[in-house]
Amino acid sequence: MSSEVVSRLKKDYIYNLMLKGQREDGRQFDEARDIVIETNVVDKAEGSANVQIGDTRVMVGIKVQIGSPFPDTPDKGVIITSMELNPIASPDFEAGPPRPKAIEMARVVDRGIRESGAIDLSKLCITKGEEVWIIFIDVHVLNNGGNLLDAASLGSIAALMTTTIPYEREGRGEDIRMPIREMPIGISLIDVGGELFIDPTYSEEAICDTRLTITSNQDGSICAMQKSGAGSLSEAQVLKAVETALERAAVIREKHLLNI
Amino acid sequence: MKVFAVRGKFENKFGESIMSDKPEYFIDENGLRLDGRRTDEIRPMTMEMGVLSRADGSCYLEWGNNKVIAAVYGPRELHPRRLQRPSEVLVRYRYNMAAFSVEDRIRPGPSRRSTEISKVSGEAFEPVVMTQYYPGAVIDVFAEVLQADAGTRTAAINAATLALADAGIPMKGLVAACAVGKVDGQLVLDLNKPEDNYGDADLPVAMTQDGEITLLQMDGNLTHEEFIKAMEMVKKGCDQIFELQRKTLISRFGSEDDVEALEGSIETEPEEEEAEELSEEEVPSEKEDVSDTGDNAEDVDDSGEKFKEDVADFDEQRESGSDEEDKTSDEDVKDEEDEASDEDVKGEEDEQ
Repeated sequence: MSSEVVSRLKKDYIYNLMLKGQREDGRQFDEARDIVIETNVVDKAEGSANVQIGDTRVMVGIKVQIGSPFPDTPDKGVIITSMELNPIASPDFEAGPPRPKAIEMARVVDRGIRESGAIDLSKLCITKGEEVWIIFIDVHVLNNGGNLLDAASLGSIAALMTTTIPYEREGRGEDIRMPIREMPIGISLIDVGGELFIDPTYSEEAICDTRLTITSNQDGSICAMQKSGAGSLSEAQVLKAVETALERAAVIREKHLLNI
Repeated sequence: MKVFAVRGKFENKFGESIMSDKPEYFIDENGLRLDGRRTDEIRPMTMEMGVLSRADGSCYLEWGNNKVIAAVYGPRELHPRRLQRPSEVLVRYRYNMAAFSVEDRIRPGPSRRSTEISKVSGEAFEPVVMTQYYPGAVIDVFAEVLQADAGTRTAAINAATLALADAGIPMKGLVAACAVGKVDGQLVLDLNKPEDNYGDADLPVAMTQDGEITLLQMDGNLTHEEFIKAMEMVKKGCDQIFELQRKTLISRFGSEDDVEALEGSIETEPEEEEAEELSEEEVPSEKEDVSDTGDNAEDVDDSGEKFKEDVADFDEQRESGSDEEDKTSDEDVKDEEDEASDEDVKGEEDEQ
């Protein structure tokens, strides 16, 4: 799936391990790496989070500005999500405008936040039809150790949860907290030899054909999904993946988000 | 389509009231939808193959009010060369909406939305196209949405499958795509425009004839149980589309007898079997490659040598034309880089 530079020998080794249900770092197929989330790591941003999943490191910053609403939603704030695969993060990433892979990931993160209704956009209206708050979610990938999408999704909601709306800076009264009402969490699974693995490393991503990302809400409903990569999945695999993702999301929410 | 109910006040799942053009109901007391369909019924679909003379394969498709045309060029030489894959052909898919295809004109050129759709749609074909043939080459699939009315990415995939078959690209089978969604708390197959705009979920899926899922996206809100049921429904939708694609293939490549025989046989024979037999028995050899279902891998390996020769021939043939192609492909690259908008501005744009 990824064109990450991994030697043929290493690919074969990892692939054969995975066919046996084992992984290069000794994890089980359904075992995730440790997650560390730090919030408010950038003072200049209205909200921020640093997420580490194993070696993967992603920083998400939220900037909030006043702008005009879209004509068809005059009383709603606006969410704009972008993702940069910074060349600092991998020998495989190049500087320049975002490529399809980055655009896809940003849009999957965006869909999770938007479709879950995580942000109450109607509370972000200043004057109907004229001024609303625009929320910029910028995902900055610092180290690609695999599973960027989950890190980006987790970092985005964590950063949003710590965001303040800067009324005071704009001379419009007192700051308020970002109106958050849902905690969507995206979980990706990769298919290797018919078995689904959660939380893939970058070399595992390099040998797999297919990734399925499932974003779910607190009540266990699904708000976004995306199959990515050149392979296919059976219906049974998809159903199994959904089940795993719902369980895993609940664990992460409990452990990492509820205390923010 | 019925006239929509009056503008009204509605509540979303958080209890906020919203004013919109959302119809008051999507499913009436008889269980019929705004356009008179049942919940498990797809919109009428017509397809015609071989509609563009310059393309190697093409298909025009109408699905409800969607009008989509797909063309396949190739296998041909791939520029820029760094995209070449040493052991397989690249399937390059371009989904594009005409500026006039929707109510408010859309700016021509790639958007973030179309870039994503192009990526996942191309990936929906990679499992079926026998990519080991024509290594280093490219198969370009262009899907143009001429008129959009909800479900354009699935319509484009359905058209592209037949365009690939029309071009004689060896495939393991067909791909059909269909969306399932949720309105009024009920699952509905193949969303129409108001259902797409104001519905609670949208789940486009593409699958092969043996039920392998090659595209899956979702936005909105579905419970776990609803999702399981949605997957069942979408499978039935895709089966209906396979049937239509099969008929279209036969009407293009078969004789009238085949069509009659087919029409007589639909009731009696199990569908899946028929679908597999289609390319071997019912399609005469006008286009050999279409009949190459490649159900077993051995076939492929045996013919590897032959294909290498084919590719060599093909390379020679292409020599002369390659200058022109260079230009076009460079432009393509430039276009992509010009795309400055790296921001996801709106969810609404997704709803075409």
